[in-house]
Amino acid sequence: MTAHPQLGTEPEQPQPGAGADGARGRALIARLREIVGAEHVFTHPHQLRTYASDGLLQYSQHPAAAVVPGDAAEVAAVVRACHEAEVPWVARGSGSGLSGGALPVEDGILVALTRMNRILEVDLPNQRVVCEPGVTNIAISQAVGPGHFYPPDPSSQIICSIGGNVAENSGGAHCFKYGFTTNYVTGLKVVLHDGEQIEIGGKEPDGPGYDLLGAFVGSEGTLGVATEITVRVVPSPEAKRTLVAFFPSPAHAGRVVSDVVRGGIIPGAMEIMDQMSLRASEQMANAGWPTDVGAALLAELDGSEDACEAGFERLREICESHEASEIKVASDEAERAQMWHMRKAAFPAMGRLASHYYVQDGVIPRTKLPEVLDRIDALAEQYDLRVANVFHAGDGNLHPLVCYDANQEGEAERAEELAGEIIVACVEAGGSITGEHGVGVDKKRYMPKMFSEADLSAFQKLRCAFDPNGRTNPGKVMPTPRLCGEVPGPYRQHPLEQAGLAERF
Amino acid sequence: MSTGTSSSPRTAAEAAEALRAAAAQGARVRIAGHGTKLRWGRPALPPEVELLTDSLAAVLEHNEGDFTAVVGPGLPLAALQDQLAEAGQMLAVDPPLGPTGREGADDGATIGGAVACADSGPLRHRFKAARDLVIGVQVALTDGSVARAGGKVIKNVAGYDLAKLFTGSFGTLGMMTELSLRLHPRAARTATAIAEGNDPRALATAADAVAHRPFEPDCLDVRWGGDRGAVLARFGGDTAGDQAARVLAVLREAGLQARVEEDDDALWAAQRAGQRSERGTVVRVAHTQDRLADVLTGARSAGAGAVGRAGLGLSWLRLEDAEPGAAIAFVQDVRTRLGPAPCVVLDAPEEVRRALDPWGGPDGGTLELMRRVKARFDPTGACNPGVYVGGI
Repeated sequence: MTAHPQLGTEPEQPQPGAGADGARGRALIARLREIVGAEHVFTHPHQLRTYASDGLLQYSQHPAAAVVPGDAAEVAAVVRACHEAEVPWVARGSGSGLSGGALPVEDGILVALTRMNRILEVDLPNQRVVCEPGVTNIAISQAVGPGHFYPPDPSSQIICSIGGNVAENSGGAHCFKYGFTTNYVTGLKVVLHDGEQIEIGGKEPDGPGYDLLGAFVGSEGTLGVATEITVRVVPSPEAKRTLVAFFPSPAHAGRVVSDVVRGGIIPGAMEIMDQMSLRASEQMANAGWPTDVGAALLAELDGSEDACEAGFERLREICESHEASEIKVASDEAERAQMWHMRKAAFPAMGRLASHYYVQDGVIPRTKLPEVLDRIDALAEQYDLRVANVFHAGDGNLHPLVCYDANQEGEAERAEELAGEIIVACVEAGGSITGEHGVGVDKKRYMPKMFSEADLSAFQKLRCAFDPNGRTNPGKVMPTPRLCGEVPGPYRQHPLEQAGLAERF
Repeated sequence: MSTGTSSSPRTAAEAAEALRAAAAQGARVRIAGHGTKLRWGRPALPPEVELLTDSLAAVLEHNEGDFTAVVGPGLPLAALQDQLAEAGQMLAVDPPLGPTGREGADDGATIGGAVACADSGPLRHRFKAARDLVIGVQVALTDGSVARAGGKVIKNVAGYDLAKLFTGSFGTLGMMTELSLRLHPRAARTATAIAEGNDPRALATAADAVAHRPFEPDCLDVRWGGDRGAVLARFGGDTAGDQAARVLAVLREAGLQARVEEDDDALWAAQRAGQRSERGTVVRVAHTQDRLADVLTGARSAGAGAVGRAGLGLSWLRLEDAEPGAAIAFVQDVRTRLGPAPCVVLDAPEEVRRALDPWGGPDGGTLELMRRVKARFDPTGACNPGVYVGGI
């Protein structure tokens, strides 16, 4: 969608499985056909092409087979069969991920959840929706609207699946106020590495014991696959007020964002576009926005009428105090939609300014915005490439778009290197290598920039508790393949048990 | 309670070394802050080694413009809030700070203790739980390592979310040595719409009506005590009074007397206090919103007090001045009435927690997975053994 296949290194070669292409592999595929029906198992290369990449096209890998189960029991049986055959497997939702998180494993099995797209229950009295993983993000809001909605809203919400959102802990433009997927999932049914089905949480909050929901959401499909998801929905805001203001530079717009937050206002969304992205969007969407300014800030307040009105006045004052050259206020839903269209056009519109571009995803502390932007400018100059910037400004999530021409010798490589330098600059500013796209295969080489060996070893402890054999979406997240080793010694019997004062079960 | 050795590591490395040494000896380690929640969980044998967070109690960073802070776990929550208030900010984690903790540590719950026990208060309604506000963690583990997860930014999906795993883990996986926190603006003005009545069903109906409309209160609580109860919706900010006034009509529709209180701190202090008991028994029920009337009716019939987060489905039922036998019967009655909603016993006399599993679960096949998590992080079972679910 946004990345180009020509960029990047050779397709990642994950650890090969035990060989689904041999006799054992043929036996496994026969078994999978028994489980889901032959019409839902794909092995021909032209069928497998559909599943070879996710939204990040520079990584491509055919699995041994793609399987499309129809319900949780079939998923469990498929995973058990893979476990018994010692073949790795990868779960996939809509395939719109941007970090290669659903990239198949060579000789492995791809489990596509597209047939599991039923909303199982809408429970408005308890503000919950129970659904299968293949349900699209937007379908949840549609099922509870107009009185309620499901807040995490990734830009891909009309196609991305809730199962993928759970794997990636997806955010969106409104997550500064409302939070991320992990803040809304209250229950999961999960199939573990060996096909065991467990149920974590439910409609109620705060089940006793470790926060396995918190561990699972955002684990990028490496801890298991969710087959049923319960999410919280919230009342739709009574009012929405949207404006766009134009400033001499992104730093000016950044200072507005800081003042807004410091003033106790929590907007639903605050998005900054720099001049280059602004020009690209204007060319494509023709909203009549000025293109000679340094930056645009799109801000939306939502909530109760009173709070919204008071906050909006304050927002305008703050914009004016930071040299806003012009402020446009959306007077109706059509104008509001056009403002959002301009923002969402930024990525596709870039195609008009550059033959190829790469979308980076980094996070910085909000106050570091001016210095990180200066750093990005300096890097762009050094690499002789253009970088456009759009940000989810409230939470410091930057999406620099590195433009290049893949037909020019060496430019794709230079673009990739520059994108990497930008991510390093984010980490050095106290930020993160990814705010919402995930690590997947694309960012794993940057994990050591952010985490020490001890940190990675602690991550591995969690992963091994869920997937001791390393066959659940292997080759993702961690920078280098690691083995789990034996489960450490038998659980020590506690003296309380010896004394008969407590029991384990 | 007698303990073997007690120490207060000054650095994460010291904590990790102390844990490693204790685990190597097969010692039972208790990791504690101010000990205000030592009456929670399964009764356990006295520790042989106690690691206190007292010396890891600094505000390491307060990034005002970013609304984040990095703090040591031993910092008293009240002290943290005082410091943040000077900048017009707060950590939206507001559990009750008492009752009394261990000797010499009477300034209430620490941030580390609140996070380790996943405790919460009324602000959770709008600002979510501790798990949602801890954006990074540094932990000392029994293998002698010091590991970090998350970071200092509010949006971050790099690596596994060990901060959530450690939140609510009761110190059974290792010792948190640093916490990164997301902060929020502190409202300069507040106002509360309060409606009182003696019919639990009417109170639940009113609270539910508020929860389903876009009023956006900071807090939405119910309470029951004696033969009366109330619904309380608190708003913050310049328009707090107006916003509270708009809720009155909804509360009155349910047949309740309703008014706005501008001077509302005492009301909310009482809500928080209702989650704890010095000598009695407290059961925290995690229920769906449509069980709220059953929770309040249950409190009435048991002669218990209750406070609850109406929009979340979290209620604390509190029975004071009961013999152990009566307290045990109370817990069993709550579980019979409200199960399978998780009913976790928090404060309770040791006899009560010995006679029944305070955790009452978990089920759904997760307990074995939790044991595997424990085994990976703390293979010898050194950290706070026996207090957690399933005897972890």
